[in-house]
Amino acid sequence: MSTLKFTEDHEWISVDGDVATVGITNHAQEQLGDVVFVDLPDVGSSVQKGGDAAVVESVKAASDVYAPIDGEIVEVNGALVDDPSLVNSDAQGGGWFMKVKIADAGQLDGLMDEAAYQAHIAE
Amino acid sequence: MSDDATLKQTPLHSRHVALGAKMVPFAGYHMPVQYPAGIMAEHKHTRTAAGLFDVSHMGQCFLHGPDHATTAGALETLTPGDFLALEPGHQTYTQFTNDAGGILDDLMVTRPAGEGADGSLFLVVNAACKDADFARLEAGMPDDVSVEILNGKALLALQGPGAHDVMSRLGPEAAEMNFMQAMSCTVAGLACHVSRSGYTGEDGFEISVSNDDAGALMDALLEQPEVEPIGLGARDSLRLEAGLCLYGHDIDETTSPIEAGLIWSVGKRRRTEGGFPGADRVQREIAGQRTRARVGLQPEGRAPAREGTVIEKDGAEIGVITSGGFGPTVGGPVAMGYVAFEHRASGTQVDLIVRGKALPATITKMPFAPHRYRR
Repeated sequence: MSTLKFTEDHEWISVDGDVATVGITNHAQEQLGDVVFVDLPDVGSSVQKGGDAAVVESVKAASDVYAPIDGEIVEVNGALVDDPSLVNSDAQGGGWFMKVKIADAGQLDGLMDEAAYQAHIAE
Repeated sequence: MSDDATLKQTPLHSRHVALGAKMVPFAGYHMPVQYPAGIMAEHKHTRTAAGLFDVSHMGQCFLHGPDHATTAGALETLTPGDFLALEPGHQTYTQFTNDAGGILDDLMVTRPAGEGADGSLFLVVNAACKDADFARLEAGMPDDVSVEILNGKALLALQGPGAHDVMSRLGPEAAEMNFMQAMSCTVAGLACHVSRSGYTGEDGFEISVSNDDAGALMDALLEQPEVEPIGLGARDSLRLEAGLCLYGHDIDETTSPIEAGLIWSVGKRRRTEGGFPGADRVQREIAGQRTRARVGLQPEGRAPAREGTVIEKDGAEIGVITSGGFGPTVGGPVAMGYVAFEHRASGTQVDLIVRGKALPATITKMPFAPHRYRR
């Protein structure tokens, strides 16, 4: 059973063992509009909690995607290269960005659960 | 964050909100950036059917003088356009220039046709520049030419290959015009001033109408099967694919009309006669002393290169992107910018520095999507 958590910056993170899958929330994709390009990190590179991890580009603008936790990139979603619109059609499923090997599981405790995130975006 | 309460609204504001538009601050106005369909769908709809844009934030004014020669001559002291040669019922594109030959704003100038119109010119200027433009006109016109600011007028643009059929039903007289012609007539039974022009590269119309009638006109146009409302987001991607300049980005107080590739809008008589602010620079550049040129850029791959992106050639900086994004009709990234004059040729291979990486691109002719004006 995986655990789904959220950041204030509208990333989601789904934890399964010591690897976490990261993407942007459905709310985030609605705000961005049509996604036309995703710049994904290199497999093997390290990311830091709150640091730049990826860039998502809509017709209008480029937006940074931040790493929810520290870790090493072990896989990126190659399907986004050919079809960036997956981020719009399935943000919290097939539109995932990257898989991160978790460096410090304790960082997960500071993230929001679904109810807290829904309250955050309703503010 | 801008405080929405301080933003101005067009007469169509409540309709945008009712249509579910995402409203954003733009040039001091609360404007629709997109409707629920989204920028991509709105862009494609405009290229395949017809899009309706609220551009009422733009500035509209008349100049009134005793005769055409006086009014045209007065406006020619502020711009490099040739208005003496402008025929009644025709429109032309020009720029206000400064003493250094830079561009203060770009604008459309129409010579109205019809009885009583002699000596009048109708101007449409950019929203963000309109207060300065009106002040410049008030200060720059001679005593016998007055400036009438049209705060009571809205402006709608109907753009796309379906615009002609829509106008044939609602304003058949206007549908007979060709590109850059203009006339007063009724559209959907409402008194309007219509020009065959726009900012998308498509055939279409810009319709000036009283604030009181603007809502009824918008409703009548949206009732037509071809027409969907289009926001500022798609307006920007449409004009970028059409290779058209956005003031404050592709042209500004530092760029001359010649560098910007707008020499076609500088009247032939004006090139030799001068007599407008910055004429010496414009004439020098026409004679060949140019340092940079506006060009189109086709990035390889899918990554858009945005405004401010540095352009390099063989590792050396040669220019900068002034507008860049994704072209929905092209189906990939497109950009325009300025490069050093010697590198301007189409086919030149360059690098765009996007997030620290060199992205290969080719200097290319514009437009990216062919113009489809009715001539």
